[in-house]
Parts: sequence; C-alpha cells; structure tokens
Amino acid sequence: MSNIPSELKYVASHEWIRVEGDGIVTIGVTDHAQDLLGDVVFVELPEVGAELAGGDEAGVVESVKAASDVYAPLSGEIVAINEELEDSPELVNSDPYGDGWFFKIKLSDTEELNDLLDAEGYTGLCESEA
Amino acid sequence: MGSKTALYAKHQEMGAKIVDFGGWDMPIHYGSQVDEHHQVRTASGMFDVSHMTVVDVTGTDAKEYLRYLLANDVVKLQEKGKALYSGMLNDNGGVIDDLIVYLMTEPGVSGEWFRIVVNCATREKDLRWMADHTVGFDDVALTEQPDLAMIAIQGPKAIELSKQTVGESRAKLIDQLSVFQGLESEGWFIARTGYTGEDGLEIMLPEDEAAKFWQALSDNGVKPCGLGARDTLRLEAGMNLYGSDMDETISPLAANMGWTIAWEPENRKFIGREALEAQKESGVTDKLVGLVMESRGVLRAHQKVIVDGVGEGEITSGSFSPTLGFSVAMARVPAATGEQADVEIRGKRVPVRVLRPSFVRNGKKVFD
Repeated sequence: MSNIPSELKYVASHEWIRVEGDGIVTIGVTDHAQDLLGDVVFVELPEVGAELAGGDEAGVVESVKAASDVYAPLSGEIVAINEELEDSPELVNSDPYGDGWFFKIKLSDTEELNDLLDAEGYTGLCESEA
Repeated sequence: MGSKTALYAKHQEMGAKIVDFGGWDMPIHYGSQVDEHHQVRTASGMFDVSHMTVVDVTGTDAKEYLRYLLANDVVKLQEKGKALYSGMLNDNGGVIDDLIVYLMTEPGVSGEWFRIVVNCATREKDLRWMADHTVGFDDVALTEQPDLAMIAIQGPKAIELSKQTVGESRAKLIDQLSVFQGLESEGWFIARTGYTGEDGLEIMLPEDEAAKFWQALSDNGVKPCGLGARDTLRLEAGMNLYGSDMDETISPLAANMGWTIAWEPENRKFIGREALEAQKESGVTDKLVGLVMESRGVLRAHQKVIVDGVGEGEITSGSFSPTLGFSVAMARVPAATGEQADVEIRGKRVPVRVLRPSFVRNGKKVFD
C-alpha cells in the first residue's frame, strides 16, 4: 500500500495539501498518484501570481505513460512554484511529499479546508479505486 | 488473470509491477522504466519475452511455403542460423504481422527447416493464417513451441555478461555469432538479435531452466527490465510496433517496411504481391516518419499531425526519449510531407521536425 501521511489533507484527484499557516498551503501529488503515473518526465506549473478557483486546471504532469492534469484543490493565488521540478521532474517519484511539491496557494477562503479528505478518507478512496 | 511465463515468480520476487499484455501477466517495470531504459543503453538489461510465439516450419516444402507466405524472401538466408525480418501480408497487402525467421539448418540441405517468432497478441490469427496457407504444399508442418522461454539480454555489456553466465561451450558459440544469426547449443537457441537498437542476445531455452538462468544473469549484474523500457528503447531505435505503427489495414510501403519486401526475383509469387505492385503503380499516399520535438511536452500515439499545405497525419507511437531528454515519435503522414510539421497537443499546435524514424543506435543519437 502506498504512503499516506496522517498530517496531510487530500482531494479525490490525488493531490495532497499541507497547511503551512498564514492561510498558505503547499500542494503536491500523492505517492499513490506518482505510482500510477510512473516515471515523471515533465511538470508544467502555473505562473506565480495566478488566481485560481478550486478545481481549476493548474498544470500538467507528463510521465512516460500519460499526461495528467493537475488541479488547484483550493481557491487562491499561486505564491510559489517548485522550480526544481523543471530540471528534476523525477523528484515527484522519489519524494512526492517533500522535494517533489508542486506549488503554494495563498487561500482566498480558508473555509474550503473543511471540505478536504483526511488520511483515513483518502486511504478509503484509494482502496475503493483499486 | 492472464497467462504466466516460467519467470512470473522471479518477476514478483524482483519487485515487478505486473500488467496485462495481450492476455499475459507481464512486468511493465521493476521500479523505474526510465532507469531500466538507461541501464540497457549504458550497460545491460534483460527482458522476459517468453510470451512471444515460436513456430517451427519443417518439411520438404518448408522453403517454398515461406517464399509464398512472406514478403521478404527466405532464399536470402545463405548461412545456417541467419535471420530475416519480414511482414506476413494479406491479399490486400496489409500487414497481418511482422516476424523474424531463422534458417535452422545449413542452406539447401535436405531436411532444411526454419523457426519463426511472431507477436503474442496476434498468435491465433497468425497460426490460423499460416495453417490455411499450407494448402497446395504437399509437405509442410507447423509446430508451435509453447514450452520455450525466451530471454532478451541487451546493451553494450550484454554479450560479455551473458558469456560469463552460460558456460564455456555456449560462450564459444556466442563468440561465433554474427549480427542477426542464431544457433543451437545444448538445447538452447541463442540469437544475436533484439528490439532495442543495442547489441545483445535473445535466448530461447526450456521453461524449466529459465528461472535459474534469469537469476544467474541477475547475479552477474544484468538488470531486469520491463516491457515499458522495451517500448521506449524500440521507439528510439525506430523499430515498428505491430498494432501501433502498422496493422492489417496498412501497407508495408506506408510503414517504413519497403526494405523488407523482396521484389526480386520477379517470378516469385507471394501473398500480397499483386496488391503492393498496384500500390506502387498508383503511388503510395502515406509514409511513416520520425518526429522530434525538442521543446517541453510529450508526443503520444493518436495525436494529430498537421502539415501545412499538404494535409494531416497521426502519431502511431510516441514517448519521451530517456536517452535524448525530449520527445520522439513515429507518425503516418502524407507522402508529400517535408521536414516540418505541427502536432496538436492538448489543443495547441507545437512545431516538430520530420525525419527518418531512427533516433538512437548503440547508445548514441543518430540524427543531426
């Protein structure tokens, strides 16, 4: 079974969310997602400063196998992107919850955090998809 | 649950991710497809290809039968063990399958016979087609060899490490093999062939010896590789994949397989010849080319290719090329296509270069 850290939040599109404080969250894709994708070869990220609504397309992950959209799980402004991924997309595979993070959002509505899955809920979702 | 090769337990033991492949449970990778790809380009890797179908063709009419069945001409095989790549065509000149045929005996001797390796996904239709077309030949026997395992060992160190693993007499045989030749040694058939663009071997051996040999290769440093890496390696090498780059509706002339058609001698009748001659007469409308995209993104099968002022085509195989660090593809495009085209990727037109479909050989980029 894949690694699903208990301190993170999740959405059904296989992204994780870490609450950093000051209304800022870090987003990446889960271990389960990187395993499904296989070797990641390109990551296209949004521009810093972009305003996205929850569910908007925020980028693309291209693996040897397929291209997958990345969605903004929450509404807000992109305040940072992980520029390391441009040269080292394989970080998404090797460290999906650490160096393989995608972008940070300054939330426009922290209430949206209440709609996210916890680790237990996400584990259940992965099992039901298996 | 699909069919399992004799190496299935080894794959599980070595951490393979198993997927369905034409009804077989096969390893797609053992952790990282890209790492396995590099392993083959820089050192050596091994693939379980036991799912492929092996058919022996014997009888006094074996040669004449194959000269009728195949678009290439087995008369070109003038040395024991030599191999030939050929299409097996239907009456319309479409490709039923592509295959390798080996001459298993000295040429021209009595008892001359051949071994054919065809794709696994096409096994049933191939066997039916081959059996149906023995009609009219008095003495041809087709014998499938389902109890053979097949292991491909590929890469610049593949031959050296294989020799260290197979024992002295088989190592001697390997030293004698020329490229595209296979010979038998103590019940194993060892061929210097492959599907990666690297030097290497394909070894057919009894199923009950396969797991032990696989383990011995691994102990000597040959890394297990899955069918994922096999696909990116063959794409970089510009080798066609049946079912993607050509099929029964596609002429070999539109699949970069013109070189596999033996037009001479003119009086050799083979299945599909009339249709191909008519196509040549009227002009072949499409061709299979290579595409290179050095910008970010990945070319993938079925993306649309747009050639301004000429028309449209389609990508038949595409991937990120781990060796080159950007994407390459094969595409079927109008015959008049020049050196430039656009590919529609996720709604955007992206320019690509058009060239001969061959990207990497022996670890090196082969285009400018």
